[in-house]
Amino acid sequence: MSNENMLIRMEHISKSFPGVAALDNVPLELKSGEIHALLGENGAGKSTLIKVLTGVEERDGGSVLLEGVPIFPQSPQDAQKLGISTVYQEVNLCPNLSVAENIYIGREPKKRGSIDWKRINQDSRDLLKRFNLTIDVTKNLDFYSVAVQQMVAIARAVDISAKVLILDEPTSSLSSVEVEKLFEVMNMLKAQGMGILFVTHFLDQVYAVSDTITVLRNGRYVGTYAAAELPKTQLVGKMLGKEYAELDLSSEKEELTGGERDGLLEMKRACGPGTISDVDLKIYRGEVLGISGLLGSGRSEIVRLIFGIDHLEQGEISLDGRKLAGKGPLPAIRCGVAFCPENRKTEGIIGDLSIRENIILALQAKKGMLKSISRAQAERIADKYIRMLEIKTPSQEQRAKNLSGGNQQKVILARWLATDPQLLMLDEPTRGIDVGTKAEIQKMIVGLAEQGMTVVFISSEIDEMLRCCSRMIVLRDKKKVGELSGKDIAESAVMSLIAGGVKSGEDQEAV
Amino acid sequence: MEKIRKLSKYQGFWPVVVLLAILLINGIISGGAFFEIKIVDAHLYGRLIDILRNGSKLMLLATGMTFVLATGGTDISVGSVMAISGAIACSIVDGRILPGAGQNVQAAILLALLGGMLCGAWNGFLVSKIKIQPIVATMILMVAGRGIAQLITDGKIVTVNSDSYYFINGYILGLPFPLFIVLFVVALVLLFTKRTAFGLFLESTGCNPVASHFAGINVNSVKWMVYTFCGVTAAVAGLIESAGIKGADCNNAGLFMELDAILAVAIGGTSLSGGRFSVPASLAGALIIQSITTSVYAMGVAPEITAVVKAVIVICICLFQSAEFKDKMRKRFSGHKQERTAKPA
Repeated sequence: MSNENMLIRMEHISKSFPGVAALDNVPLELKSGEIHALLGENGAGKSTLIKVLTGVEERDGGSVLLEGVPIFPQSPQDAQKLGISTVYQEVNLCPNLSVAENIYIGREPKKRGSIDWKRINQDSRDLLKRFNLTIDVTKNLDFYSVAVQQMVAIARAVDISAKVLILDEPTSSLSSVEVEKLFEVMNMLKAQGMGILFVTHFLDQVYAVSDTITVLRNGRYVGTYAAAELPKTQLVGKMLGKEYAELDLSSEKEELTGGERDGLLEMKRACGPGTISDVDLKIYRGEVLGISGLLGSGRSEIVRLIFGIDHLEQGEISLDGRKLAGKGPLPAIRCGVAFCPENRKTEGIIGDLSIRENIILALQAKKGMLKSISRAQAERIADKYIRMLEIKTPSQEQRAKNLSGGNQQKVILARWLATDPQLLMLDEPTRGIDVGTKAEIQKMIVGLAEQGMTVVFISSEIDEMLRCCSRMIVLRDKKKVGELSGKDIAESAVMSLIAGGVKSGEDQEAV
Repeated sequence: MEKIRKLSKYQGFWPVVVLLAILLINGIISGGAFFEIKIVDAHLYGRLIDILRNGSKLMLLATGMTFVLATGGTDISVGSVMAISGAIACSIVDGRILPGAGQNVQAAILLALLGGMLCGAWNGFLVSKIKIQPIVATMILMVAGRGIAQLITDGKIVTVNSDSYYFINGYILGLPFPLFIVLFVVALVLLFTKRTAFGLFLESTGCNPVASHFAGINVNSVKWMVYTFCGVTAAVAGLIESAGIKGADCNNAGLFMELDAILAVAIGGTSLSGGRFSVPASLAGALIIQSITTSVYAMGVAPEITAVVKAVIVICICLFQSAEFKDKMRKRFSGHKQERTAKPA
């Protein structure tokens, strides 16, 4: 390849946040007329690399050349002026403005001092036509589906500057037809000579459009490969490193099935307000129960119902034979239930409080406001769990928001372990954290169950569920559609249940 | 030096420094007269005593307001609650209402405090159960409160003639009695926040109410408690005010005091969006505001423009406390060295 069509050359990029090296000496090259996939697990450094390129974060070291000229973008606007546009996972436009306004906001064409609406609408229409999109551009943006909104965002980005387009997980909220359409657009832009940097978690999509693949792991550069020459299994190996293999060996668990098992929690015909309907569920002591299903299938709703966050409309939930009242989380906590919610930032961590305070919070709530945990006691508890879970922090006085995602997750785990629960429910505990911590948490789940704790585990990553769970129930459309245990838990079985309408699902239900 | 650095980590450090600076400037300008304390009739008199005495109402309000702001809420009804409490107490002492109480001062005080508590509980109910925005919820009582007070006093300014009621604003051991009230309330508050987990729950609620709920904290009852307590402190302040003017003036009692109270807490460094709080820092904030008022008068600034002078001083204090502003200033004075070195060649 000649240097002529080299669009972006990043070399020796380093960036560290307090306590973490997010990027360590990472290179990246993007040519014009290329779709380049940037891959890696959560926490590998993909988003940091993009933020450095688009000026959201200032790099600590290294150089960025755009068409051979060194650049120092200070802000996304800066980067845009240089020709680098980004479209994020969540659409970054104003839903209450019209499509045309969104496309031209901040750079409206004027005529005699006032905005030339005719031209804005006409130009928007023409622009979108190039993307095979014929819609009424005077309608508000939120009138249209997310896919259309995404397309509008891309159109806007391309119209502003057409050298480099960064797509950060653009497909995560699109249906397969919409994804196809997006790929058409990407190929069209590629043919026009744009360089496209594409971040996604779906490997099939990577192979469907990408020419080149760069893999990052734990902030380090693993390699750049031509997509056609890298088989999928090898790619997965490169993304995951060897930690996963190690874990696999350690969690070769025997089956817990067989014989009479001791029930801990029973859910009978439970209905939540618009969440789940008629779900029967039994949780046995000392098992790791996986709840599987797509996002919105009702998997989070079940645990929220048990924990008393959502109101139980019908049916009943009993723990150890006693009915759970379900008025707020406190009664559940007092019965020995613990719950790590899905959204760590909004529902889990309390950023401005210290790690110590975050850890003792639930225990203190369990004890009640008047039975204060003394400072010395709190420090002992915090110390114990910081060591046990290997939370990386200079001191327990550190504010929780300064920790990395993985360590924040450990703090929340510590908070619940401190209450000494008999039932621990984890909703997506490994989302957005680095591979190493992920493996640690998975090991911990299995370890806790071995010590007799009952664990409910929810994750979007089926691999992870397969490794940890001794039994798995599968949900679809807010209903329980199947149950797998022991040897039956296999990716194909789970997948077919999730996808629905497969015979094996009915077989399992009879169990 | 090391010690100062350690001290400066406390939230109350900068407010106290500012307070001392204001007092010192006053002392220098007045040539020392500002610090003079005379003993007349076995009572202490002087500017400093004035500040403490007049600032006691604001200190009480700031104590209650600190908790409210720590939850991320606000209570703009405290001025009206002051008027209500004064109206209740004075009307009872005057025998205008509840003649059965026999113009008993204790009963009057108790009922006034109960009235304040009810007002606070009402605010708390609106905020925590009905989920009305705090500023709107408390605005209801801010507007209606003075009307309620007028209803109690029958629309008149009620004057009282009772030495035992005047005592609320009197002297004990040579010091103003309101000061003892403040000390008592603050001691109670500090003891409560230290001995129970209330402080932790409050900060947690203010930082992230959703996550606090998920951790098992009853966020609603924390909020309810806080507004109720704020109502009680406002009622106490209302008693002091009415004892000071020897009557209840429903239109002017505690007028705009809610704004001073919020400002005092803000100067004390508690974020208006909730979270970390410090009662002592808010007290320092209240004293700062009071000493500005007192010194503006002492310097002989015309009464028409005292508000402007006050505003200018408050702006300066806020700038002085703003991390962003300090950062900008530092950059400006140290040139652009840093930026230049940060960029790789």
